[in-house]
Amino acid sequence: MVQLTLPKNSKMTEGKVWPKLSGSVETREFRVYRWNPDDGANPRIDTYHVDTADCGPMVLDALIWIKTKVDASLTFRRSCREGICGSCSMNIDGVNTLACTRGMDEVDGTVKIYPLPHLQVIKDLVPDLSNFYAQHASIEPFLKTTTPAPEKEWRQSHEDRTKLDGLYECILCACCSTSCPSYWWNDDRYLGPAALLQAERWIVDSRDEATGERLDNLEDPFRLYRCHTIMNCAKACPKGLNPAKAIADIKKALVERQV
Amino acid sequence: MSTKTQRMRTPLGRVRGHGAAGSGTTHFWHQRLTAVSNVVLTIGMIVVCISLLGRNHAYVVQILGSPLVAILVMLFIVSAVYHMRLGMQVIIEDYVHDDLPKIACLMATTFFCFAIAFASLFAILKLLSGV
Ligand code: SF4
Ligand code: SF4
Ligand code: FES
Repeated sequence: MVQLTLPKNSKMTEGKVWPKLSGSVETREFRVYRWNPDDGANPRIDTYHVDTADCGPMVLDALIWIKTKVDASLTFRRSCREGICGSCSMNIDGVNTLACTRGMDEVDGTVKIYPLPHLQVIKDLVPDLSNFYAQHASIEPFLKTTTPAPEKEWRQSHEDRTKLDGLYECILCACCSTSCPSYWWNDDRYLGPAALLQAERWIVDSRDEATGERLDNLEDPFRLYRCHTIMNCAKACPKGLNPAKAIADIKKALVERQV
Repeated sequence: MSTKTQRMRTPLGRVRGHGAAGSGTTHFWHQRLTAVSNVVLTIGMIVVCISLLGRNHAYVVQILGSPLVAILVMLFIVSAVYHMRLGMQVIIEDYVHDDLPKIACLMATTFFCFAIAFASLFAILKLLSGV
């Protein structure tokens, strides 16, 4: 059955309150999820006081500030710090989003930060995304053709190219999939919004010759049809994409080839 | 993903699993179809029920036993129960994950829906034939 309560060893405890740095001008309270696989302890919430006069405006800036100035053990992923690599996705103030594009001024009061929901935690804010990446790999996110490759490029009309807009921009941050209740309950069998959005990106690509095979691979009560159009995914996506619509379009294509 | 052997499979191996079932579209399509027919038939049923309000037993038997109304009611029964069966399946697949309880739940819903549908249809047919 669906598990509605946290297992004993995942119950949250109150963690350390790190003192304000002396000389702090304007401080903002941060409450951050901490879990270390090596100390055998339950996860805890640590409290930090970030000197906002001394760091950049984004939540990621504050995390980097904490790591540099207060607590070097705080663990999180980041790379591009401009919303393009998808590494810094986490749950900030109750919503899945990118720490580097979420301004501290967009959050009221204390900034509460947790890892993305419903994934195994590797350490602190770093979740295990291996299942998520395997789901993306399973939709075969590359051009598939049988016709021998042309001497130059595969050609595509401007009109067909625009069909990829709203699909190709996905940065695989997993904010959508980990906000989806259907994905929470069935992440072992349901591909989730991110992988399905990418599947649609290749299904509508006019250059691809494996459309039918792609649809075959999705025609499954669990892989695709667990989506009940709850729309959390579209609400969560920090890139403003709409996986729910992509999924509806896949279902439409499947109905069309059958009815 | 609970057993040791499952954990030692590669993530891609687990995701691919036994492959796609090749079904689900018919279920999805029929759920939409019956949703539409339910809207139409429910309106008909409400009209019938309102016209029966406060009437005596003999009148109700006569109306429900008249061919047009009987057909409407029987269509409603089939459409509504089929829709319920499809919807229950979705809920069970969402929330019940272990094989045995899942199969038991799916069986129980199927039997329940057949029983409800046949009992209701039988009642209308009985009124229709007047015995
Ligand atoms: S619309 Fe579908 S994929 Fe998006 S959150 Fe809802 S169930 Fe999940
Ligand atoms: S669709 Fe949006 S939320 Fe989902 S993985 Fe792509 S960028 Fe992230
Ligand atoms: S650091 Fe690259 S998306 Fe945030």
